Amino acid sequence: MDLGELASCLGSASCVVTQVSAGLTIGMLLFLVASGLTLIFGVLGLVNFAHGTLYMLGAYFALSAYGATGSFLAAVLAGAFGVALAGLVMERFLLSRIYGTDVLMQLLVCYAIILILDDVVKIVWGGDFLKMDLPDAFRRPPLLIAGGIVPFYYLVLFGITAAIALLLAFGMGHTRFGRTVRAAAVNPGMVGALGINTTVVYAAVFGIGALLAGLAGALSAPIRSVVPGAGVSILIESFIVTVIGGMGSIWGALAASLLLGFTRSFGSIGFPLFTEGLMFLIMALVLLVKPSGLAGKRHA
Amino acid sequence: MSQSDRGGLGRRNILKAGAALGGVAVTGFPMIASGQGRRPIRIGMPTILSGRVAQLGVSSRNAVMMEVERFNAAGGLDGRPIEVIVRDSRGVPAEAARIAREMISSDGVDLLFDGEPSSGGFAVHEVVRESGTLTIHLNSETSSLTADPKQRFWNAFRVARVGIHDSIAGGAYAAEIAKARNLKRWMTVSPDYAYGRDTTAEFMEYLRAFAPDVQVIGETWPKLFQPDYTENATRLVQGRPQAVYSCLWAGDLVTFVEQASLYGLFNQSQFFAVNMADYTTLQQVKALPRGVHSGNRYLKNFPNVPGNLSFAEEYYRRYNTYPTNWSWQSATAVHLLVAALKKVGGTDPRKLAEALKGMTIESPFGADGKVTMRAEDQTLVGYAIGWGTTIPNDPYVEGMKTADWNMIFRLEQEWKKAKGWA
Repeated sequence: MDLGELASCLGSASCVVTQVSAGLTIGMLLFLVASGLTLIFGVLGLVNFAHGTLYMLGAYFALSAYGATGSFLAAVLAGAFGVALAGLVMERFLLSRIYGTDVLMQLLVCYAIILILDDVVKIVWGGDFLKMDLPDAFRRPPLLIAGGIVPFYYLVLFGITAAIALLLAFGMGHTRFGRTVRAAAVNPGMVGALGINTTVVYAAVFGIGALLAGLAGALSAPIRSVVPGAGVSILIESFIVTVIGGMGSIWGALAASLLLGFTRSFGSIGFPLFTEGLMFLIMALVLLVKPSGLAGKRHA
Repeated sequence: MSQSDRGGLGRRNILKAGAALGGVAVTGFPMIASGQGRRPIRIGMPTILSGRVAQLGVSSRNAVMMEVERFNAAGGLDGRPIEVIVRDSRGVPAEAARIAREMISSDGVDLLFDGEPSSGGFAVHEVVRESGTLTIHLNSETSSLTADPKQRFWNAFRVARVGIHDSIAGGAYAAEIAKARNLKRWMTVSPDYAYGRDTTAEFMEYLRAFAPDVQVIGETWPKLFQPDYTENATRLVQGRPQAVYSCLWAGDLVTFVEQASLYGLFNQSQFFAVNMADYTTLQQVKALPRGVHSGNRYLKNFPNVPGNLSFAEEYYRRYNTYPTNWSWQSATAVHLLVAALKKVGGTDPRKLAEALKGMTIESPFGADGKVTMRAEDQTLVGYAIGWGTTIPNDPYVEGMKTADWNMIFRLEQEWKKAKGWA
């Protein structure tokens, strides 16, 4: 514990800028993964334990696309849409068969997917850690804002993830598709009776969730090492986000992701040995005080 | 006709005699079959061939195979070749111990090359303490494995860097730089487990012994295999240290360096990373910062002698990649063993152990062309240790400063006394 250090950081503009920008970037990347997880749970009722694996696949797809084309845009698109496609295949052939079953069954199927895909990745890309090069366009000196340091690529990351978050919020709230999805989450039988093909809606929701996870994997590939099993740690954090924010709530996921991002960035200064512990502590407190999560609705 | 008869008879006789001898050897006198025949000298080697450290385990196996093949091609020990059985522990210590036991009891190995890092190395150590199997630890660097008298027994040897040697050498080097450039405010970033904590503490202890003005103003401890180091990079940037020490390694070090570069950390602080100068790491970092201070893990031009360069080149020709720290250690184990086998003329473990104790051999990896298996604690000394600074391309490190072994011996002895081990 070094609360004095934390206090002096909070009193200095440069420290606040550096830590806030780091927290925002970490939080927004986490949000991309967690929002898909919470969306899939909210609409499909499926606890997708294999969601972290989709994130990992996104990183590998991006790595290969970047190696083949040298284009960062192609890498990001390959990561996002490649994983969306993989997610659709997964949903159609495996997961759609276990909707509505108990959590244990879902856990077993998802865990099998994790193990199989981890091994597939080892066969295709090898077991060693890999690295996607940061494109030279982003390899610039960091920006100095009020004395605080913000890496250029982090600014890019924040821009992309914030735009996606806005798009997602708008899409869910103000489009016909968004309304259908929200309706299907509440009463799928009625949505079906109104002549809407719920199978397509479910597949689309899973595809969007997978796309977001793949996008997060692709965007983080240049700054994180790409290894088999890389999905596990982000999955755990995504679950913490889902619990804190409330199962099924996009806004809750956003708030909780940013909360965890700031816990990490300011925690490394104030309580470096207890950052992870604090994240679980917040989760436990939320479960005690408001078990449905910050923005979650009570289940009937 | 007579000629062909003679030839036929002779051939049959030989075949019969051979069959009879073979039958006797197999059924009647098994001891002779194994003792005086051309039974290979069998070495068991547990190491890590899958998972995040696989690259190092594979490089350890590769070096052993390369040197063993050379020995076998030259006729082996009076015609007895060496056969190596390698099995994957997946980095799980209990699995390493199980494999070692299996190799001893089922495969009947003559000796073990323990290719594990310290985690699995201590597990194998306990197995061979009971079994009395002659064992050479190839990759365990934790000092106490040989320094602590309680860990010592006649049949266990170590051919690897020792943590305390590296810390003394690194501390002395860093102190020179610290004094010359007036680097007083230091921070550390090392992995949060036994190796990271111990090595960092030892390094800082010797740095402060040589440069008493140095202060540690902050530490950050990322988890082993942590995916994101942003929070650690920002912590370091905030502390505005003049120098940063790290014993992160492999993929973790690569990721940290990439992220910390984005924050411009290496423009504001001198960076001392003991594990940077290994090819697997150096070649992965795209924008390798100029001027990172690193100890030599393995470099083909340090020591800059023909034997070292040809070792690296032959290894590259075979495996299409450069050797690692684990490679030179493994090759040295084969060199020492071969010398002992030739001296003893057989595989009697007691005699081999006696021969190994105190043995000095010519070596391209030696600080002065030689390495010694020190008799008192059965660990390798005299290997080349040096520190230099990185440059972005081959040879990756320049300005290597060689560590002084006399100083290392003196301070190591004091350290042992302070620990109650000498």
